[in-house]
Amino acid sequence: MAKFDIPKLETYLKTPALKSDAMSGDGPFKANADMQKSLGFPGEKVDNWQQVAIEKMGETISKYRSIPVFLDACVKCGACTDKCHYFLGTGDPKNMPVARQDLFRSVYRRHFTFAGKHFPKLVGAKELDEDMLDDWYNYFHQCSECRRCSVYCPYGIDTAEITMAAREVMNVIGVGQKYCNQILGKVKKIGNNLGMPEPALRDTLLDLEKEIEEDTGVVVKLPLDREGADILLITPSADFFAEPHIDGLIGYAKVFHQSGASWTLSSYASEGANFGMFIGNYDIMREGALRIRKAALDLGVKRIIVGECGHAWRVAYSFWNTLTGIGGGASDEYALQLQNQLDQNYPQPQHIIEYTYDLIEKGQLTFDKTKNDHRTVTFHDSCNVARGSNMGGIENGQFILPREVIKAVCNHFVDMAENTIKASTFCCGGGGGLLADDLLELRVKGAFPRMQALKQSEEKSGVNTLAALCAICKSQFTKVLPFYDFDPFMVVSVHQLVSEALVLSEDHSQEEVELYNDASTAE
Amino acid sequence: MSLMSILFIVFFYLAVSLCLVGVTLKVIQYASTPVPLKIPTAPAPLTKLGVILRMTREVLLFSSLFRASKWTWLFGWLFHWALVLLFIRHLPYFWPGETPELLRQAEPLKYAAFPLIFGLSGLLVRRFFVDRVRYISSPSDYLLLLLLIAIAVTGALMTFAHFYPDMGMVYSFTEGLITLDWSELPSEGVFMAHIFMVFILIAIFPISKMLHAPGVFFSPTLNQTDDARKKRHISSWAQEKEKNSKGG
Repeated sequence: MAKFDIPKLETYLKTPALKSDAMSGDGPFKANADMQKSLGFPGEKVDNWQQVAIEKMGETISKYRSIPVFLDACVKCGACTDKCHYFLGTGDPKNMPVARQDLFRSVYRRHFTFAGKHFPKLVGAKELDEDMLDDWYNYFHQCSECRRCSVYCPYGIDTAEITMAAREVMNVIGVGQKYCNQILGKVKKIGNNLGMPEPALRDTLLDLEKEIEEDTGVVVKLPLDREGADILLITPSADFFAEPHIDGLIGYAKVFHQSGASWTLSSYASEGANFGMFIGNYDIMREGALRIRKAALDLGVKRIIVGECGHAWRVAYSFWNTLTGIGGGASDEYALQLQNQLDQNYPQPQHIIEYTYDLIEKGQLTFDKTKNDHRTVTFHDSCNVARGSNMGGIENGQFILPREVIKAVCNHFVDMAENTIKASTFCCGGGGGLLADDLLELRVKGAFPRMQALKQSEEKSGVNTLAALCAICKSQFTKVLPFYDFDPFMVVSVHQLVSEALVLSEDHSQEEVELYNDASTAE
Repeated sequence: MSLMSILFIVFFYLAVSLCLVGVTLKVIQYASTPVPLKIPTAPAPLTKLGVILRMTREVLLFSSLFRASKWTWLFGWLFHWALVLLFIRHLPYFWPGETPELLRQAEPLKYAAFPLIFGLSGLLVRRFFVDRVRYISSPSDYLLLLLLIAIAVTGALMTFAHFYPDMGMVYSFTEGLITLDWSELPSEGVFMAHIFMVFILIAIFPISKMLHAPGVFFSPTLNQTDDARKKRHISSWAQEKEKNSKGG
């Protein structure tokens, strides 16, 4: 099936011996001139690229405190060396977090530190030459920005920050990655990663409504661009078409239906994902967030809720308030307007898990848990949710709430090994802009530690269902599970589990139908 | 006064000045560089108090390192705490006039030399024999460990192995550095080697990885409160962008 060796699942996770250059190569496909230019980057590698790159590094060092602190503070203790899933799956020493950082750090030392300028050999300072740039491109696209290393580092050094900085420098000299930059171009032009225009989206949602009605006999609406709705749902566009994501979307719709909420999706801001984060570009990330702010303003919603997407939730939870002033404290006109408009009785934004959890806590949802009795479920903590966000405003809420929701709808839930979940969770292997077909080998090998833990749970507890709340995780697992002899259909959205167990009632649907008809006639 | 004494005295002030100026500049750089985004890492505290507790655990107990690698933690933690104890143990040498009672009680702290040497040797062995750690090591990483070991060993030789220097001369030399009432450098080779290496250590502090000491307090992943939804976090340069922004 594959042109590469698939790591063998053993009884426990072993640290591999170093295999130098095991993953050397040209890296993922590069963005073409159009993709680059659509984001405001040079179309091809600029002539004086070294100079431009060093200047950009200097700018980054002066604008992001994390960069100089992380580059200076590392003592090469080795704590992170066996923590990266890509290292564990490939054995390539340059996939050890510190070694990956060192690709950037050695250039930093050469150009920005006394020791590196005067004693380069002594402190491992290196020039940014063609070879180094090739290594940058290759190995900074073998980091999924999952931050697992940062949890173990005594100084909290987060390789994701270095990877983002390096990708930004590469983009600025005209060396961008196709997968991320092409997708960002689509969001900019059309509003979602797929480039799915409004009519296609509307059709998809209508089909889903039909499907739900056929399945359940209950009319559940998935409204689009409904002005005056209370809730705007921002979800990754994969939820509109990909399996198993779409069953998660059905789950959100059923929960909204059952709670009697008036809600809507937006065709203008039909994307929760924000790849601006992956390429470390503040402005592009902000643009994505502002699209959502505009949609919220135009639709006049009172709450913004984010669907199951890992890095979308990190951006929404940790960055939206900074980027758009959604939570309070901003002073520009639109932020103030938004703050007045949003219902400040709720945290803004909220995660769909928080929303469902609240309803469960209040006893407003009825479940038939036996519907999920054929499943023994385990939960994959997605890296960006686990290490870049919170839920419920309680300590470790991002670990507690999803599990509580799953337990409320399933009778059989078990966790995987403790050092592979929660704050120590392993990335699925496809995050951070690496979910590209041209990176399949990396993705399969990077999934190895998670597959190992899953195997253990399968053997020990008979786990047959892997629940996740991230679009990338779901796509990645569906793709790589067969390489490890698992059933690709064992991956489900958390809200698919909710959807299957939720007992629907007609009560709210009548009101909903009327609302919906009103809205349709108004058009 | 001998030429050697003058050289050592000059070198002491040079080293201390380089260290103070260098570290101050670095701290100013860190403090004045904006932090544009909220990036606390898990397990992220939700309150200021939580951040203080987290930092305390990191700095005093090396809690993240403990999670990561028990051996590195053991060697590293012993070495750092031994260094702190031995620093206290050395204070009487520099205390002008009568040594306070409390510091005179510090004598038994000299035994910290043994965990110090043990910890440093452990780190050196690990750096050399663990293939992953060897891969990420530069010459400077070995040299710094060797320098620390050499300082520890020369110190221990003077304390435990009869390489006693003339303690009267030591006190007047070291006190003199503080009171600017300079005296002759004790002439024992072991002593001279010991303090010369300490001066080097002090001098290279701001241009080496020893910057982790101030750096850890500025690490945004560790020192940020996870309250992004409640309180707006914005950097100076990002604020600038808002002035000319529209609704998106």
